[in-house]
Amino acid sequence: MTSTTIDTERRRHWMGVLAKSPADRLDQLWSQLDAVPAWSHLRRPEVGLVMVRGRMGGDGAAFNMGEMTVTRCSVRVDGGPVGHAWVAGRCARHAEMAALADALLQMPRWHDEVSRRVVAPLARQLADDRAQAGRKAAATRVDFFTMVRGED
Amino acid sequence: MNALVPETGLLPGFADPVAEAQKTFRAVLEAISRPGTIVTAPSLPAAPAPLNPVVAALLLALVDYETPLWLDQATHQPAVLDYVRFHCGCPLVADPAQAAFAVVAEPQSMPPLSAFHLGSDEYPDRSTTLIIQVPNLDGGDNWRLKGPGIRDQAILSAGHLPAGFKSWVRDNHALFPRGVDLLFAAPAQLAGLPRSTQLEG
Amino acid sequence: MYVAVKGGEKAIDNAHALLAEDRRGDESVPELSLEQISGQLSLAVERVMTEGSVYDRELAALALKQAQGDAVEAIFLLRAYRTTLPRFGASQPVDTGSMAIRRRISAAFKDLPGGQVLGPTYDYTHRLLDFALAAEGSERPSVAENAEPVEASMPRVTDVLGHQGLIEASGDGPEVPGDLTRQPLTFPAGRDLRLQNLARADEGFVLALAYSSQRGYGNTHPFAGEIRMGEVAVELVPEELGFAIEIGEITLTECQMVNQFKGSKSVPPQFTRGYGVSFGQCERKAMAMALVDRSLRAEDLGELVSNPAQDQEFVLYHSDNVEASGFVQHLKLPHYVDFQSELEMIRRLRRENAEAAQ
Repeated sequence: MTSTTIDTERRRHWMGVLAKSPADRLDQLWSQLDAVPAWSHLRRPEVGLVMVRGRMGGDGAAFNMGEMTVTRCSVRVDGGPVGHAWVAGRCARHAEMAALADALLQMPRWHDEVSRRVVAPLARQLADDRAQAGRKAAATRVDFFTMVRGED
Repeated sequence: MNALVPETGLLPGFADPVAEAQKTFRAVLEAISRPGTIVTAPSLPAAPAPLNPVVAALLLALVDYETPLWLDQATHQPAVLDYVRFHCGCPLVADPAQAAFAVVAEPQSMPPLSAFHLGSDEYPDRSTTLIIQVPNLDGGDNWRLKGPGIRDQAILSAGHLPAGFKSWVRDNHALFPRGVDLLFAAPAQLAGLPRSTQLEG
Repeated sequence: MYVAVKGGEKAIDNAHALLAEDRRGDESVPELSLEQISGQLSLAVERVMTEGSVYDRELAALALKQAQGDAVEAIFLLRAYRTTLPRFGASQPVDTGSMAIRRRISAAFKDLPGGQVLGPTYDYTHRLLDFALAAEGSERPSVAENAEPVEASMPRVTDVLGHQGLIEASGDGPEVPGDLTRQPLTFPAGRDLRLQNLARADEGFVLALAYSSQRGYGNTHPFAGEIRMGEVAVELVPEELGFAIEIGEITLTECQMVNQFKGSKSVPPQFTRGYGVSFGQCERKAMAMALVDRSLRAEDLGELVSNPAQDQEFVLYHSDNVEASGFVQHLKLPHYVDFQSELEMIRRLRRENAEAAQ
């Protein structure tokens, strides 16, 4: 993989997976990686708010629904790319790991390993959790049956 | 920024964001409340060309997502745009009349002060604060200042300002309580000229 | 006569210590953890997030613990905390159409694509106290799972009506919605601002107004077109990237009320909409919000404004429980001098009356 093949869609995918996964799950996979290259903060983990917007009627004009806490962080691998992270909640470590993973995923030397050992298992777990919640919900779906009543 | 190319060129902001932003804010407060006083900048972060470190420090301390920023032609460089997008996260506006802050790196070709947001009678606080980059604060004409925050008289002689600048400042003062506020940023120092200050002579 | 009132510092310190002791309660009983509050009092946490207007389960749980479970006090704490944080930006509008559904019901259509999914609900409980819960260590109930999960996305009931042209469009508004946490409210307020106000409004107040509109103080004939609850992804475009990324998932409850509308000179008879949404599973709040949203549209729809639930100023100025509680509770502050003058005036009037009678 070369730098020019990092298309936006793939980066959006891994950044989303890293943000949506629980910090301890990410931490656990991260700790199994080989020693990562030296890096420094471009922006230390910083906690703030993002205004969540909704839409009137679900699909009309936008309105401000309320805020959520977010932590952002940016790092630069020495002599390498910059990684960014924007992660719901107030966990500095989560944002930092996600930013570093974003940087490594842009490096040919690291992309496949981080992709295979961190992003893929996280994505799988998210999908499994989602499917299980969906199966539990499906069990509460009403099966209507019609009773025959009256003369005819 | 293009996701197709790994990012490598971004400069870091303050090393200690909270403390340095607060110290810089305190310096701005000093400069604005004592017009003409030359204040030493407490923090000089690495700045993207053509900005000097004081302009960079002011951007880091003052500008954020909720303050639209206007940049003059000289400042419209990719390195500067990336820097303010990343560190300030501010909207960039093309119309100076919509800006909460404005950066002028080349004062000789700047629009008149009246082109910026002058505030309204109801909300005079919503006017633009201009950050004007100058080579020095003692190389220009001597302006004698009077007004709030000045005991008798103060002198300001910021260098490299356009010919009509003095009359712009007078017109701006006449709008009080409306009008813009000015911060002059030399390579390691700053000075303030708020709308409340009168020019003598 | 002017009496300086000073002192009380020691009394206040001691009162705070006493409060802390009360909050902790019997020390032989284990202290509550935030995980316990967030996990086992989740609807209380979600109410605090909704009305505190900050989605953060841990902060809401802490606020509840600190406030001894007083929701309004906890909401105040969360609102105060949010003022210490910078605003990084605004999300892309969330897409509730692609919500990962855990509950979805319609009272208007029995058979709709995706079906009626009850999810975790109190609706069919008998409201009998369950003493089994009083005995700790009760077994975890087994939960049924179907072989197949629910559909990845389900159409909204309003989309179905929309395709047939029987319901009005979803609602217009400015490109960038107004934000009443940044600009003071002015009247008439656009629907964007009304919805923001109602989303953070006190549940009890909105519920009572909604109820009043149903009982005749308002001209609504509502159907619960659809209620859905589940997770939606929140996307944001960081300035440094220039494209949208997902930053997390939040749980939302959305309610679409469908209301009868007889039409006007320019508009044919059709259904109109009321919209409600909450963080977490505040379903009662989302439903009440949808009713009041519709009532507040009276003026836009050319209806007579004659009831409290239709009156923008009445509703929007009194809906916030932090403001309301502050103004009611400020009466506890010393008013010694004001009261002294009132006392003197009453005495003087009585004296004058007595003299006039002689």
